[in-house]
Formats: sequence, structure tokens, C-alpha cells
Amino acid sequence: MTAADIPAAVGRRALGLLATLGHAACFFADLAASLPASLRRPYLTVVQVHAVGGRSLIIIGASGAAVGLVLALQGYLTLSRYGSAGSLGLLVALALVRELGPVLTALLFAGRAGTSLTAEIGLMKAGEQLVAMEMMAVDPRVRVLAPRFMAGIVSMPLLGSVFSAVGILAAYVVGVMLIGIDSGQFWSAMQDGVDVFKDVGNGVVKTLVFGVVTTFIALYVGYESQPTPEGVALATTRTVVISSLSVLFLDFILTALMFSAP
Amino acid sequence: MGKKQTETLVGLFVLAGLLAIVFLALKAANLASFSLDSTYPLLAKFDNIGGLKAGAPVKSAGVTVGRISSITFDNKDFKGVVAMSMDSHYLFPTDTSAKILTAGLLGDQYIGLDPGGDEKNFKAGDTVVMTQSAIILEDLIGKVLYNKVAEAPADGSAKK
Repeated sequence: MTAADIPAAVGRRALGLLATLGHAACFFADLAASLPASLRRPYLTVVQVHAVGGRSLIIIGASGAAVGLVLALQGYLTLSRYGSAGSLGLLVALALVRELGPVLTALLFAGRAGTSLTAEIGLMKAGEQLVAMEMMAVDPRVRVLAPRFMAGIVSMPLLGSVFSAVGILAAYVVGVMLIGIDSGQFWSAMQDGVDVFKDVGNGVVKTLVFGVVTTFIALYVGYESQPTPEGVALATTRTVVISSLSVLFLDFILTALMFSAP
Repeated sequence: MGKKQTETLVGLFVLAGLLAIVFLALKAANLASFSLDSTYPLLAKFDNIGGLKAGAPVKSAGVTVGRISSITFDNKDFKGVVAMSMDSHYLFPTDTSAKILTAGLLGDQYIGLDPGGDEKNFKAGDTVVMTQSAIILEDLIGKVLYNKVAEAPADGSAKK
């Protein structure tokens, strides 16, 4: 490769990235447009809510509990150094509701549900089921993709809230029952500092955004995968990588928009 | 798995999620105490508001009776104007005084109201006349240093 080829290679990459983004945007518009049509068969969505959300409930709950336990222990060690162990509830609740709940739920969701969506759709494509549907004049977007998209959007806020709630309860177990912080202080400091709309509401909005993003990435990557075993494997990996990175960077943008003003 | 069973499981999942949201709203964020009760505005002018922030509580006898809605600067008499929205359950006499206090040594600042004995109560939009500014640590240190300096020559002459 000569020196003159390097700009050309960079340009080709950039154009390829732009083309992918544009294609994804068109796909998103198509998918959003086919959402109402898919609601004519609500049972398809219900089945997907179970597959995507209901089955993720255990891993989300267990992770929330683990995070709450660790947060309470570490938070207590630091707070007690400044003699303000009573604010433990506030620390744990704000950390979970604002950041950890939405972000960790989205990362787990991408790993648990996103990959299975990608693999399922990639295999459907490899087995030419999607093409077969089109041959029968059934739009695979309405029949296959839209119910899964809807299920992801519905499930994520619910899962995120479960994560935060279980985390707070776990922190209560460690902080109040094991360490011995006053129960009333634990809750009152929390209730004093956590705002329903600013903190809890924005946390739910975050999970909603992450739900749209992770589910969409999983579906798009699966739909555009190469119809080969390697292609599906690559697509599954790509889903995890792209969704995780998008969630982490989107979280920064959302936090800057929601919480930058004091 | 039957249709009925799937629907039941999804129903349980949705219920668990909604329960979590309700828990966060009521137990963690205390929506119950979020009062949509009517409030009335009250103003107070301070020479120096210190670190007071909008949203800080207004307390009387330690009980929160209102919140600070906004803080502005009056360009005529160069004072900080604090607008408070007071819970309309609580009325205060017109000779009530307001001072800026600090919760703990380094805690957040809030406004404390000391009720007077007047028979008339504040109406919406009234201004609290008697106010006491925040204690600024730098001013306090400055005063102490100034006193020390003032004492110093006397000590020096005593030694000579």
C-alpha cells in the first residue's frame, strides 16, 4: 500500500460508516412505521415481552441485589469516615435510580435479550424464513421485527425499575439489618433527597431510551447479518459491542441533558 | 407453553415492574409527601444570602413550612431577594423575622422563621421586613483577626 492509498482507505471507511448509519435510519423509520400494524396481533408482542422481558427478570433482579449490597458496604465505609453514615440510603438510591439502574440494566439486557434477538433473526434469515414470508406477502417487519421491538421498549423501563428497587432493598438489608444504621434515617434521608420527577422519572426515561436503542441495534444487526453460521456469530458479537458502547455514551449525553443544572 | 400461561407470566412481569416503579416513587422518593397543596408566595430581602439555593427549605421551630422558589438580586437597594412558597396551612404574623441558618457546621443553608406577636398575618406577596443575613465565615475570620490586631499593640507595650 502506498502513501496515497491511506486517505482513500480512510475515505472508504468513512463513506461506509455513513452509508450504514443512513441505512439504519431508514430501517428505524420502517420499523417505527410498522409498529401500529403489529398491534393488530397483540399476542405476538405478548409472547415477545415474555421472551425478552419476563425471562430477563431473574438475572436483572439478582444483579440489582448484588449491586445494592456492594454499594451499601462501600458507601458505608466512605460515608462513615465523614460521620454521615445516615446518608447511605440517599447515596444508594441516587446512584441506582439515576445511573446504575438504567445503565447496568441496559448492558445486561443487551447481553441477555439483545443477543438472542440477533441470533434468532439472523438464523431466520439464514434459513430463508424471512424471504419465504415475503413470498407469501407477509411483511416480516410487521410480523417478526415490530413485536420484538415493541417488547424491548415495553420491557426495559420495567426491568430498570425492578433493578433499582431490588438494589435499594438489598442496600436496606446491609445498611440497616447488618450494619445497624437507623431505619428511619435511612429512608428519610432518601426521601428528602430523591425527587420523583427529576430522579425517578428521568431514570425511567433513560431506560426507555436504552430500550429503544439496544433492541433496535439487536434487530438491525440480526436483519443485516450475513446468512451464514459465521455471519450470525459475528452479528451476535457485534450486537453486544455496539449496544454496550452506545448505551455508555448515550448515558453521558442523557446525564448531561438531565442533571447538569443543579 | 399455552397461550394462557404465557399471558399470565407476562402479566406477572408487568405487575412486578409497575410495583417497582411505585416503590421507587413512594418509598424512595416520597411522592406521598410531595404536596400539591396550595402555597402562597412570600418575599424576604437579605444583605447577604450566603450559599442559599432555590429549593432549600423554610423552617419554623425546625418544621419545614415552605420552600424557596427563586432567588433574585434587587438592583435598587442591592439586596438579595428570596421568594418563598409557603404552605398555605401555616400563617405567620407580620412581625415575623427571617434569618439564614446552616444545618450543622458545613450543611446546607435554609431560612428559619421566628414568629412575632402581631395579630395580623402575612398575606400572599408580602415581604418579611426583619431579616438577618447568612454568617459568612470569611467575614467572621476577618473580624477575629481585626480584633487580634487591635489587641496586639497593647500587649507589645506591656512587654516593653
